Amino acid sequence: MTKLFEWLAVFGVLGAVWLSLVNNKIECALIKQHPTLILFSPVIFLALFGFYAATVVLYRVFTFNNCEKAAAELQEEIQEARTELTKLGFQFKDNHD
Amino acid sequence: MGDEIETTKDKYSILLPTYNEVENLPIIIWLIIKHMKDSGHDYEVIIIDDGSPDGTQDAAKQLQKIYGEDKIILKPREKKLGLGTAYIHGMKHATGNFIIIMDADLSHHPKFITQFIEKQKSKNYDVVSGTRYVGDGGVSGWDFKRKLISRGANFLTQLLLRPGASDLTGSFRLYKKDVLEKLIKSCVSKGYVFQMEMIVRARQLRYTVGEVPITFVDRVYGESKLGGSEIFQFAKALLYLFATT
Repeated sequence: MTKLFEWLAVFGVLGAVWLSLVNNKIECALIKQHPTLILFSPVIFLALFGFYAATVVLYRVFTFNNCEKAAAELQEEIQEARTELTKLGFQFKDNHD
Repeated sequence: MGDEIETTKDKYSILLPTYNEVENLPIIIWLIIKHMKDSGHDYEVIIIDDGSPDGTQDAAKQLQKIYGEDKIILKPREKKLGLGTAYIHGMKHATGNFIIIMDADLSHHPKFITQFIEKQKSKNYDVVSGTRYVGDGGVSGWDFKRKLISRGANFLTQLLLRPGASDLTGSFRLYKKDVLEKLIKSCVSKGYVFQMEMIVRARQLRYTVGEVPITFVDRVYGESKLGGSEIFQFAKALLYLFATT
């Protein structure tokens, strides 16, 4: 089963439950008391999920490691490599130093 | 009877696809040799240069003279032909039973290769993938926008594909040779989204994937690419994989 069909299956089931609730196919006191809540529940879930997604993504952006140490080390290693390679007879095409 | 000699027959073939990397190539080779020598693993580096006009191949030939033609193998192609075929081309000449693929632009540090090898050995993984998104992994030289796009795209991918790997577009990985051969055959995408398809197909084919946190230092020399067309390619590949895997 592809991911697309997994999603369609889950949304199909959820949609069917929602439709039967909206159309009063299932008897339940709670539903009768909050008809608008049921009607708008997909939108509410979507908004909540959007909020969750935005929070997670932003949190991960701000906690994304800045590898400054790795970058600095690399710069040093580049110098070291250039020096050693020159000693070994390597001719660099240009002079960066 | 007597001395037990520890012989590991494992050999690691490091594939380096290059295009205009004349400045980076000597540095990356020097780093690879330094770290692989220290680790004691058997290895070779295969440079697949796609006809760079900047003299990358001359630099490679100089490096062959310094380090030996058994360690540095140059397998150029006439023109730019894409990553997937570069790996196929390189693999044809690889004598190792493991293949390591990495970028030659210094964004991937060879010091992680030994960690990849240890990780692979720990659970006999079919694939070991470097990840920027977990543990000590990270990036250097990225601004807020770049990080946001990266994290957003990664969140969306994890949600839609549940790939079982945290870094899909990274291209610093170790593969068992036969696994890489099978994966390449099953992949259809081109360009950098090819990396994403490889890991998704790996899950589909029930290969095991281990992860090692890596630091990604954005291109020191040369320009980094992330434009509208990359985002479009990514979205297209994501939808394609969503509908077909």
